[in-house]
Amino acid sequence: MEFFKIRRVIPFMRYALIFNVISLITFVLAVFFLATKGLNFSVEFTGGTLMELSYKESADVDHIRQALEKGGLKAEVQNFGSSRDVLIRMHPEKNQTGAALSQKVTQLLQAEGKPVEMRRVEFVGPQVGEELAEYGALALLVTAVGIVLYLWMRFEWRFGLSAIIANLHDVVIILGCFALFQWEFSLPVLAAVLAVLGYSVNESVVVFDRVRENFRKMRKASVPEVIDSAITGVISRTIITHGCTQMMVTTMLVFGGAALHYFALALTIGILFGIYSSVLVASPLVMWLGVNRAQFIVPVKSTEKDRNEGAVV
Amino acid sequence: MNRYPTWKYALVALCVAVAALYTLPNFFGESPAVQVSSARATVRVDAALLARVESALSQASIAYTGAVLDANSVRVRFADTDIQLKAKDTVDKAVNPDPANATYVVALNLLSASPGWLTAIHALPMYLGLDLRGGVHFLLQVDMQAALTKRLESLTGDIRSQLRDKGIRHGGVAREGQSLRVRFREADTRAKARDIIGGGITDLTLTEREEGAEFLLVATLKPEAAKRTQEFALKQNITTLHNRINELGVAEPVIQQQGADRIVVQLPGVQDTAKAKDILGRTATLEIRMVDEEKMTPDLLAAAARGEVPFGTEYYVERNGAPLLVKKQVVLTGDRLTDAQPGFDNQTNEPAVHLTLDGAGARIFKEVTRENVGKRMAILLIEKGKGEVVTAPVIRTEIGGGRVQISGRMSTVEANDVALLLRAGSLAAPMDIIEERTVGPSLGRDNIEKGFNSTKWGFIAIAVFMSVYYLAFGLISSLALGVNLLFLVALLSMLQATLTLPGIAAIALTLGMAIDANVLINERIREELRGGSSPQAAIAAGYERAWGTILDSNITTLIAGLSLLIFGSGPVRGFAVVHCLGILTSIFSSVVVSRAVVNLVYGHRRKVEKLHIGNTAWK
Repeated sequence: MEFFKIRRVIPFMRYALIFNVISLITFVLAVFFLATKGLNFSVEFTGGTLMELSYKESADVDHIRQALEKGGLKAEVQNFGSSRDVLIRMHPEKNQTGAALSQKVTQLLQAEGKPVEMRRVEFVGPQVGEELAEYGALALLVTAVGIVLYLWMRFEWRFGLSAIIANLHDVVIILGCFALFQWEFSLPVLAAVLAVLGYSVNESVVVFDRVRENFRKMRKASVPEVIDSAITGVISRTIITHGCTQMMVTTMLVFGGAALHYFALALTIGILFGIYSSVLVASPLVMWLGVNRAQFIVPVKSTEKDRNEGAVV
Repeated sequence: MNRYPTWKYALVALCVAVAALYTLPNFFGESPAVQVSSARATVRVDAALLARVESALSQASIAYTGAVLDANSVRVRFADTDIQLKAKDTVDKAVNPDPANATYVVALNLLSASPGWLTAIHALPMYLGLDLRGGVHFLLQVDMQAALTKRLESLTGDIRSQLRDKGIRHGGVAREGQSLRVRFREADTRAKARDIIGGGITDLTLTEREEGAEFLLVATLKPEAAKRTQEFALKQNITTLHNRINELGVAEPVIQQQGADRIVVQLPGVQDTAKAKDILGRTATLEIRMVDEEKMTPDLLAAAARGEVPFGTEYYVERNGAPLLVKKQVVLTGDRLTDAQPGFDNQTNEPAVHLTLDGAGARIFKEVTRENVGKRMAILLIEKGKGEVVTAPVIRTEIGGGRVQISGRMSTVEANDVALLLRAGSLAAPMDIIEERTVGPSLGRDNIEKGFNSTKWGFIAIAVFMSVYYLAFGLISSLALGVNLLFLVALLSMLQATLTLPGIAAIALTLGMAIDANVLINERIREELRGGSSPQAAIAAGYERAWGTILDSNITTLIAGLSLLIFGSGPVRGFAVVHCLGILTSIFSSVVVSRAVVNLVYGHRRKVEKLHIGNTAWK
């Protein structure tokens, strides 16, 4: 079986400007939503108390909210996963820790007469939240710098720079989606975002490897031609690989339940935009940054080593 | 060209065999067990305890399927939970004859049901995190400022008594913020005092200052002394927590330092957070009282043992079993104790425990010891209204200055234990709960199931697609992916890294990403075939040329994984560990293992007409 029978080189670079304009618009939109709506941070970041309750039959969310209000507790109540499971979220209050609160909530709700099981309680003090946000940002920064340095070392600074621009813009778009739909941004989502960063840089690396090889092989071709042929050469692998990863992520969306839902969602957006940006955004960027053949013609080096280095697909 | 030397096949086979061996325990599930561990620092778990437990069980004719002794507990396995519950009661009665004064913690636990020979080679099932097996997690913040303040307060007393001993007049010692100020009338006195304080207390940095007509000596803790105080406070709090959690009867509590001023407490299987918190927050008190020697006649002691305790006294038993009658009147409480360290007597070189009392404590102690030379005092640890005699030494002379030494009739181990008990009685600094997580057991089971199902179906989907798309090579790729999973699970089991739900998600994601390497290789081989290479040459070129790309792309993913590992905490770290390990195993399995299989299939044939990798004839 073969999905892609590409007989001639597709002139991707002819549309370079269009790809980048699309990218830029999505990027600006994402930033706009981030700025206006902001992220819906989970309790882990904001501090507060989160409780997951399970009822035997389907739960009446409004009723629960009223019951809690009668007991003097202000809480957000929503269904979680199924109609029988309920998530209660409370903002941090002074001198209130998780155990005391969860006991109070259980008492209030059991007084309503329906059997309820406390499945999970999470209490996070505000200082922990701040730290997590700080470390999250730091992790993002270190990853970005690390990848640029590695690509600089392995290829050329132009590749490092354009790969990281393309992929950081993926990150912003994921965050923008989370802001737009007000999906909960939790620690696993942060992990997913960083994993996506590493993963879609992959994609750029594969294309760049091919670009480098083609520069050495296609002596007479122009820069756009070289890039076009490189992208055409790897496009089937790109789609199959991402398809496979996405299959795995989709099963997580389907079987993973509420706990893994946003994690898988972040990955899905990341993978879809990752294909687009790391191929169609990063490559034109490299071109505009002024990559040319001279940067890859290694003067006199043993051909043995050369053959190993020019790894490609 | 597509042949591996025999050693390389053997290496791959060996890796797979070892991985399979260490993955094996995960399939056996768990069997109910009873775990006996020491409840006190002074009681050690040894082979004698194992024998006691075993004989108790055989006397009650309770069948058990295995009994092992490890570093700090005895564990006995049973066929089902009914027997387990019965056995727990039996064992509890056997090792703790006096239930009010338990020496051992007897807890219910789950043990891997894998056969003994697997356990013997340290092949254990993966260690599940709290979100998968249920339990409570606390993150406690130690109030270091309070620890420093406490230390400074006690130094205030030291300075006072030192100056008084040398007869130096001063206008008062007071703590202001994180510094101590001693006031003097004249510069001369200040200079003398400075020498004395500087000579006696090495933990302080002294500076001189004038304020109006007064001469001030400002003392601050040296940075290294402050650091030592903080480390000590943290260590003591951990010890105290250990002692208290022992009472909860938790099978495998985790109590660890996190960062410079935090403590993580994880109690698997505990659902009652309120009780757990009560125990964590409780303060034990230390009391020093006099032994009522006049009433300690054999008759009265015998009567007291029967419960007829003489008026004004309480009956206690020393740790060596000797009975004691202790006066009810409290001489000193543990608040006055600032430190307890094991050491040696300066003159006799006997093992000893050195106590440090604060200023007020030192004064009281001096008076009491002056009046009671030759008599015995008892140091009691009171917890939940129940006392235990830590030690009952004889007072030899009057003791001033707040430095007390307890020595005689003590081994080094005992001195260590006593110091620990004295310190463990109270928290060195107050703690706040800054993070708390409770996961019910049903949620844990759900999480395992969901994580497992996502991985299973994702794996099947990828394997089916690859086999259809790349035929024989797809089958080999799927095999390599399976081996990758095997390696990953084996590695997680070997390292006993904590597996959490994000960790399971990372397994799934890593598998989804790992297939990339094989897609790269297979696409490359197809391309070589299209370009007119012979099948054997295409395989060699495909693997060779794809290698650099695979390495590059995995390293960039690894960079992201490592920074998550470094900066992440909690769920993110659980994800990162598995992710990083998965990247490493995937490089090996997708390149070396799949190549070994390809070589075995194709490399040894004289002539290969066609590679089963799908149609490549169109170009």
